[in-house]
Amino acid sequence: MTTRKQEFWNGVRDEAPILLGVAPFGLIFGALAVNAHITVPAAQAMSSIIFAGSSQFISAQMMGTGASGLVIILVVFVVNLRHALYSASVAPHVRHLAPGWKFLLAYLLTDEAYAVTITHYNQEGDPANKHWYFLGAGLTLWTVWQVSTATGIFIGAQLPQDWPLGFVLPLTFIALVVPALKDKASVAAAVTAALVGVLTFGFPFKIGLLAAAFIGILTGLLVEGSPK
Amino acid sequence: MSLWLVILLAGLLTFGTRLSFILLLDRIKVPGWFRRGLRFVPAAVLSAIILPELATRNAVLDISLRNPQLYAGALAVLVAWRTKNVLLTIIVGMAALLIFQAVLGMV
Repeated sequence: MTTRKQEFWNGVRDEAPILLGVAPFGLIFGALAVNAHITVPAAQAMSSIIFAGSSQFISAQMMGTGASGLVIILVVFVVNLRHALYSASVAPHVRHLAPGWKFLLAYLLTDEAYAVTITHYNQEGDPANKHWYFLGAGLTLWTVWQVSTATGIFIGAQLPQDWPLGFVLPLTFIALVVPALKDKASVAAAVTAALVGVLTFGFPFKIGLLAAAFIGILTGLLVEGSPK
Repeated sequence: MSLWLVILLAGLLTFGTRLSFILLLDRIKVPGWFRRGLRFVPAAVLSAIILPELATRNAVLDISLRNPQLYAGALAVLVAWRTKNVLLTIIVGMAALLIFQAVLGMV
């Protein structure tokens, strides 16, 4: 049987390669947030309270453009809805745990922790201590996200305010989206959402962003068609 | 709504989403269309931000050949597509913006 300690450190070890991709985003987020006049404690709080990369970038952008708080919250909710699927996917593996464990692991259930952990759950081996692996992977990602955000905040505060850092944001989004467009349906979803986003740009409270996202998602579903 | 309240509520909703099925296992069934639709969420939301960001300057729409952000953005899409490299995409995009602004006299 694998001991708790072994499971924990295996989780840390398996999460490590992913950190190379995560840390730059934490840095960029921290620098952009202070550049967008979000205060230092609020920027760090976004990384620890929301703790979900792309939705943090999106809310930082929206906070800088005068979106209403309600619309920001709705957008974050929609962007993070995919975590409900991760929740459903790990649920059978953690059902025997005490509520405290469930709350802790749910808080750590990011894209990156899920990817590593579910692979481990689906492998052979005694499942008794596998939640320690989940904890190791999740805590590793959490620590790196907090530290890279803090470093980014520090760097961002040193940069001159007149640098056109705002343009880094759409560029970061491009770097996130484009490699994920692997089929016709996702390209259709992205292009439609982009065009509707421009058409509805003048709508109040950035509500056009929500409309554009929903029309894009619907378009993706229509292009994909029903599964056989 | 204050910034802190927005952060707190957004965080609670995200946590609630992550906790949902872990707590309510077997009591809810996710419909198939919902599961398939979630795949498109990041691409749709981010794209709905990207193009308006590129197409506006000082919060005014500028869909013209004189908007340097559109060229820089197009170049960044190309780099992201060919290299899948985040930092390279950002560096090329920023450099392109500065060059288009300076050399071509675009403002």
